[in-house]
Amino acid sequence: MLTCKQFLSELTDYLDEKTSTELREKLQRHITECPNCWVVCDTTKKTIQVYKGMQSCSIPEDVHARLMAAVERKIADCGKPK
Amino acid sequence: MPAEATPVAPADAPSDELDLVSRARAGDGAAFSLLIDRYEGRIFRLAMNITQNREDAEDVLQEAFLKAYEHLDQFQGNSKFYTWIVRIAVNQALMKLRKRKSDRTISLDEQIDTGEDMVVREVAAWDPDPEERYSREEMNGILTEAIDGLLPIYRTVFTLRDVDGLSTEETAEALDLSVPAVKSRLLRARLQLRDKLTRFFKRKGDDAFAYM
Repeated sequence: MLTCKQFLSELTDYLDEKTSTELREKLQRHITECPNCWVVCDTTKKTIQVYKGMQSCSIPEDVHARLMAAVERKIADCGKPK
Repeated sequence: MPAEATPVAPADAPSDELDLVSRARAGDGAAFSLLIDRYEGRIFRLAMNITQNREDAEDVLQEAFLKAYEHLDQFQGNSKFYTWIVRIAVNQALMKLRKRKSDRTISLDEQIDTGEDMVVREVAAWDPDPEERYSREEMNGILTEAIDGLLPIYRTVFTLRDVDGLSTEETAEALDLSVPAVKSRLLRARLQLRDKLTRFFKRKGDDAFAYM
Protein backbone atom coordinates (compact mmCIF):
# COMPACT_ATOMS: atom_id res chain seq x y z
CA MET A 1 0.00 0.00 0.00
CA LEU A 2 1.14 3.55 -0.69
CA THR A 3 2.26 5.68 2.22
CA CYS A 4 0.40 8.92 2.95
CA LYS A 5 3.44 10.86 1.78
CA GLN A 6 3.42 9.04 -1.57
CA PHE A 7 -0.30 9.67 -1.88
CA LEU A 8 0.18 13.36 -1.21
CA SER A 9 2.95 13.71 -3.78
CA GLU A 10 0.61 12.33 -6.45
CA LEU A 11 -2.42 14.35 -5.36
CA THR A 12 -2.16 17.04 -8.03
CA ASP A 13 -1.97 14.51 -10.89
CA TYR A 14 -4.75 12.48 -9.27
CA LEU A 15 -7.10 15.46 -9.05
CA ASP A 16 -6.22 16.51 -12.59
CA GLU A 17 -6.79 12.92 -13.78
CA LYS A 18 -3.28 12.74 -15.20
CA THR A 19 -2.10 9.50 -13.61
CA SER A 20 -1.83 6.09 -15.25
CA THR A 21 -4.75 3.73 -14.63
CA GLU A 22 -2.52 1.54 -12.48
CA LEU A 23 -1.42 4.39 -10.23
CA ARG A 24 -4.96 5.76 -10.08
CA GLU A 25 -6.19 2.43 -8.72
CA LYS A 26 -3.46 2.43 -6.08
CA LEU A 27 -4.36 5.99 -5.05
CA GLN A 28 -8.06 5.14 -4.89
CA ARG A 29 -7.30 2.10 -2.75
CA HIS A 30 -5.27 4.32 -0.42
CA ILE A 31 -8.09 6.78 0.20
CA THR A 32 -10.63 4.08 0.86
CA GLU A 33 -8.35 2.80 3.61
CA CYS A 34 -6.99 6.10 4.96
CA PRO A 35 -9.62 8.53 6.26
CA ASN A 36 -7.11 11.37 6.69
CA CYS A 37 -6.00 11.24 3.07
CA TRP A 38 -9.61 10.98 1.97
CA VAL A 39 -10.37 14.23 3.80
CA VAL A 40 -7.27 15.95 2.41
CA CYS A 41 -8.16 14.84 -1.11
CA ASP A 42 -11.80 15.87 -0.80
CA THR A 43 -11.06 19.29 0.71
CA THR A 44 -8.30 20.00 -1.82
CA LYS A 45 -10.80 19.27 -4.59
CA LYS A 46 -13.25 21.68 -2.92
CA THR A 47 -10.51 24.30 -2.56
CA ILE A 48 -9.99 24.25 -6.33
CA GLN A 49 -13.75 24.44 -6.88
CA VAL A 50 -14.32 27.48 -4.67
CA TYR A 51 -11.55 29.39 -6.44
CA LYS A 52 -12.92 28.43 -9.83
CA GLY A 53 -16.22 29.98 -8.75
CA MET A 54 -14.53 33.23 -7.71
CA GLN A 55 -15.81 36.28 -9.57
CA SER A 56 -13.63 37.25 -12.48
CA CYS A 57 -11.26 40.00 -11.52
CA SER A 58 -12.23 43.50 -12.42
CA ILE A 59 -9.80 46.29 -13.02
CA PRO A 60 -10.17 49.69 -11.33
CA GLU A 61 -11.71 52.31 -13.67
CA ASP A 62 -8.80 54.73 -13.38
CA VAL A 63 -6.24 51.99 -14.13
CA HIS A 64 -8.23 50.98 -17.22
CA ALA A 65 -8.50 54.60 -18.39
CA ARG A 66 -4.76 55.22 -18.06
CA LEU A 67 -3.97 51.98 -19.89
CA MET A 68 -6.23 52.92 -22.80
CA ALA A 69 -4.71 56.41 -22.96
CA ALA A 70 -1.18 54.95 -23.04
CA VAL A 71 -2.11 52.51 -25.81
CA GLU A 72 -3.80 55.24 -27.86
CA ARG A 73 -0.66 57.38 -27.56
CA LYS A 74 1.45 54.45 -28.68
CA ILE A 75 -0.75 53.79 -31.70
CA ALA A 76 -0.73 57.48 -32.62
CA ASP A 77 3.06 57.65 -32.25
CA CYS A 78 4.07 54.60 -34.17
CA GLY A 79 1.01 53.60 -36.17
CA LYS A 80 1.10 49.97 -37.16
CA PRO A 81 3.03 47.59 -34.94
CA LYS A 82 6.32 46.32 -36.40
CA MET B 1 3.71 41.09 -44.50
CA PRO B 2 5.50 38.06 -46.00
CA ALA B 3 3.35 35.10 -46.96
CA GLU B 4 3.43 32.41 -44.31
CA ALA B 5 1.49 29.34 -43.29
CA THR B 6 -1.76 30.18 -41.51
CA PRO B 7 -1.21 29.42 -37.83
CA VAL B 8 -3.63 27.09 -36.13
CA ALA B 9 -4.89 28.48 -32.85
CA PRO B 10 -4.93 26.20 -29.79
CA ALA B 11 -8.24 24.36 -29.57
CA ASP B 12 -9.50 26.23 -26.50
CA ALA B 13 -8.41 29.73 -27.55
CA PRO B 14 -11.36 32.05 -28.30
CA SER B 15 -12.16 31.51 -31.97
CA ASP B 16 -11.87 35.17 -32.95
CA GLU B 17 -8.48 35.66 -31.28
CA LEU B 18 -6.27 35.17 -34.32
CA ASP B 19 -8.54 37.45 -36.29
CA LEU B 20 -8.27 40.18 -33.63
CA VAL B 21 -4.49 39.84 -33.55
CA SER B 22 -4.12 40.06 -37.32
CA ARG B 23 -6.43 43.10 -37.46
CA ALA B 24 -4.42 44.75 -34.67
CA ARG B 25 -1.23 43.91 -36.55
CA ALA B 26 -2.63 45.74 -39.56
CA GLY B 27 -3.08 48.83 -37.38
CA ASP B 28 -6.70 48.34 -36.23
CA GLY B 29 -6.68 49.94 -32.77
CA ALA B 30 -10.25 48.82 -32.04
CA ALA B 31 -9.23 45.17 -32.45
CA PHE B 32 -6.35 45.68 -30.02
CA SER B 33 -8.75 47.35 -27.56
CA LEU B 34 -10.91 44.23 -27.64
CA LEU B 35 -7.89 42.11 -26.72
CA ILE B 36 -7.17 44.53 -23.86
CA ASP B 37 -10.77 44.32 -22.59
CA ARG B 38 -10.52 40.56 -22.59
CA TYR B 39 -7.27 40.20 -20.66
CA GLU B 40 -6.49 43.40 -18.72
CA GLY B 41 -8.18 42.22 -15.50
CA ARG B 42 -6.24 38.98 -15.39
CA ILE B 43 -2.94 40.65 -16.30
CA PHE B 44 -3.47 43.28 -13.59
CA ARG B 45 -4.22 40.56 -11.02
CA LEU B 46 -1.10 38.65 -12.11
CA ALA B 47 1.01 41.81 -11.81
CA MET B 48 -0.43 42.46 -8.33
CA ASN B 49 0.34 38.85 -7.41
CA ILE B 50 3.99 39.25 -8.29
CA THR B 51 4.77 42.84 -7.33
CA GLN B 52 2.29 43.16 -4.43
CA ASN B 53 2.21 46.87 -5.15
CA ARG B 54 -0.60 48.66 -6.99
CA GLU B 55 1.59 51.27 -8.64
CA ASP B 56 4.09 48.70 -9.91
CA ALA B 57 1.24 46.46 -11.07
CA GLU B 58 -0.24 49.32 -13.09
CA ASP B 59 3.15 49.98 -14.71
CA VAL B 60 3.49 46.29 -15.52
CA LEU B 61 0.01 46.23 -17.04
CA GLN B 62 0.78 49.18 -19.31
CA GLU B 63 4.25 47.97 -20.27
CA ALA B 64 2.92 44.49 -21.07
CA PHE B 65 0.24 45.74 -23.46
CA LEU B 66 2.52 48.35 -25.06
CA LYS B 67 5.23 45.74 -25.62
CA ALA B 68 2.68 43.28 -26.93
CA TYR B 69 1.47 45.88 -29.45
CA GLU B 70 5.02 46.69 -30.49
CA HIS B 71 5.95 43.04 -31.01
CA LEU B 72 2.69 41.65 -32.33
CA ASP B 73 4.58 40.23 -35.31
CA GLN B 74 6.35 37.87 -32.91
CA PHE B 75 3.10 36.28 -31.77
CA GLN B 76 3.02 33.03 -33.68
CA GLY B 77 -0.58 32.09 -33.05
CA ASN B 78 0.24 28.55 -32.02
CA SER B 79 -0.14 29.42 -28.36
CA LYS B 80 -2.94 31.45 -26.80
CA PHE B 81 -2.55 35.22 -26.89
CA TYR B 82 -3.10 35.16 -23.13
CA THR B 83 -0.13 32.79 -22.56
CA TRP B 84 2.02 35.04 -24.72
CA ILE B 85 1.11 38.25 -22.93
CA VAL B 86 1.42 36.60 -19.50
CA ARG B 87 5.01 35.84 -20.38
CA ILE B 88 5.67 39.48 -21.27
CA ALA B 89 3.92 40.67 -18.09
CA VAL B 90 5.87 38.25 -15.87
CA ASN B 91 9.16 39.53 -17.32
CA GLN B 92 8.12 43.14 -16.74
CA ALA B 93 7.04 42.34 -13.18
CA LEU B 94 10.34 40.62 -12.42
CA MET B 95 12.22 43.64 -13.76
CA LYS B 96 10.27 45.79 -11.31
CA LEU B 97 11.26 43.53 -8.45
CA ARG B 98 14.88 43.62 -9.57
CA LYS B 99 14.83 47.40 -9.62
CA ARG B 100 13.38 47.44 -6.14
CA LYS B 101 16.17 45.18 -4.85
CA SER B 102 18.83 46.50 -7.18
CA ASP B 103 21.75 44.32 -6.16
CA ARG B 104 20.01 40.99 -6.47
CA THR B 105 18.98 38.83 -9.37
CA ILE B 106 15.45 37.75 -8.85
CA SER B 107 13.50 35.00 -10.45
CA LEU B 108 9.99 33.97 -9.66
CA ASP B 109 11.42 30.65 -8.69
CA GLU B 110 13.85 31.93 -6.12
CA GLN B 111 12.17 30.66 -3.00
CA ILE B 112 13.28 27.07 -2.84
CA ASP B 113 10.91 24.74 -1.11
CA THR B 114 12.08 23.29 2.12
CA GLY B 115 9.42 20.61 2.29
CA GLU B 116 7.82 22.27 5.29
CA ASP B 117 5.25 23.91 3.08
CA MET B 118 3.88 20.51 2.18
CA VAL B 119 2.86 19.70 5.72
CA VAL B 120 -0.85 19.17 6.18
CA ARG B 121 -1.90 20.72 9.45
CA GLU B 122 -5.66 20.85 9.33
CA VAL B 123 -7.54 17.66 8.65
CA ALA B 124 -11.27 18.11 9.02
CA ALA B 125 -14.18 17.56 6.67
CA TRP B 126 -15.83 20.71 5.35
CA ASP B 127 -19.41 21.81 5.53
CA PRO B 128 -21.20 20.48 2.46
CA ASP B 129 -21.91 24.07 1.37
CA PRO B 130 -19.41 26.49 2.89
CA GLU B 131 -20.73 29.15 0.50
CA GLU B 132 -24.01 29.18 2.45
CA ARG B 133 -22.32 30.08 5.71
CA TYR B 134 -20.79 33.28 4.32
CA SER B 135 -22.01 36.18 2.22
CA ARG B 136 -20.44 36.67 -1.20
CA GLU B 137 -18.28 39.52 0.15
CA GLU B 138 -17.14 37.49 3.14
CA MET B 139 -16.37 34.56 0.87
CA ASN B 140 -14.33 36.74 -1.49
CA GLY B 141 -12.51 38.21 1.52
CA ILE B 142 -11.62 34.75 2.84
CA LEU B 143 -10.42 33.49 -0.55
CA THR B 144 -8.40 36.64 -1.26
CA GLU B 145 -6.75 36.65 2.15
CA ALA B 146 -5.81 32.98 1.82
CA ILE B 147 -4.27 33.42 -1.61
CA ASP B 148 -2.46 36.63 -0.56
CA GLY B 149 -0.78 34.62 2.19
CA LEU B 150 1.04 32.40 -0.33
CA LEU B 151 4.54 33.07 -1.68
CA PRO B 152 4.36 34.88 -5.06
CA ILE B 153 5.48 31.82 -7.03
CA TYR B 154 2.73 29.63 -5.53
CA ARG B 155 0.13 32.35 -5.92
CA THR B 156 1.05 32.90 -9.55
CA VAL B 157 1.08 29.22 -10.50
CA PHE B 158 -2.22 28.59 -8.70
CA THR B 159 -3.91 31.62 -10.28
CA LEU B 160 -2.83 30.75 -13.82
CA ARG B 161 -3.54 27.06 -13.49
CA ASP B 162 -6.62 26.78 -11.29
CA VAL B 163 -8.32 30.18 -11.54
CA ASP B 164 -7.53 31.19 -15.14
CA GLY B 165 -7.66 27.59 -16.33
CA LEU B 166 -4.37 27.39 -18.25
CA SER B 167 -3.00 23.87 -18.69
CA THR B 168 0.11 22.81 -16.79
CA GLU B 169 2.10 23.07 -20.03
CA GLU B 170 0.81 26.58 -20.79
CA THR B 171 1.56 27.69 -17.23
CA ALA B 172 5.09 26.32 -17.60
CA GLU B 173 5.51 28.16 -20.89
CA ALA B 174 4.13 31.43 -19.51
CA LEU B 175 6.34 31.36 -16.42
CA ASP B 176 9.40 29.83 -18.07
CA LEU B 177 9.35 26.93 -15.63
CA SER B 178 9.60 23.22 -16.30
CA VAL B 179 6.41 21.14 -16.14
CA PRO B 180 7.60 19.25 -13.00
CA ALA B 181 8.37 22.63 -11.35
CA VAL B 182 4.83 23.84 -12.10
CA LYS B 183 3.35 20.62 -10.74
CA SER B 184 5.32 20.76 -7.53
CA ARG B 185 4.43 24.41 -6.95
CA LEU B 186 0.81 23.80 -7.76
CA LEU B 187 0.63 20.96 -5.25
CA ARG B 188 2.12 23.13 -2.53
CA ALA B 189 -0.18 26.02 -3.38
CA ARG B 190 -3.26 23.81 -3.32
CA LEU B 191 -2.30 22.20 -0.01
CA GLN B 192 -1.52 25.50 1.66
CA LEU B 193 -4.80 27.04 0.50
CA ARG B 194 -6.69 23.94 1.60
CA ASP B 195 -5.11 24.28 5.01
CA LYS B 196 -6.02 27.96 5.31
CA LEU B 197 -9.60 27.45 4.09
CA THR B 198 -10.20 24.48 6.38
CA ARG B 199 -9.97 26.87 9.32
CA PHE B 200 -13.05 28.65 7.98
CA PHE B 201 -14.98 25.87 6.32
CA LYS B 202 -14.59 22.88 8.59
CA ARG B 203 -17.74 21.21 9.78
CA LYS B 204 -18.72 22.41 13.23
CA GLY B 205 -17.68 19.95 15.89
CA ASP B 206 -14.81 18.52 13.84
CA ASP B 207 -11.46 19.28 15.35
CA ALA B 208 -8.20 19.24 13.52
CA PHE B 209 -5.95 16.36 14.40
CA ALA B 210 -2.34 15.65 13.62
CA TYR B 211 -1.55 14.24 10.25
CA MET B 212 1.60 12.47 9.17
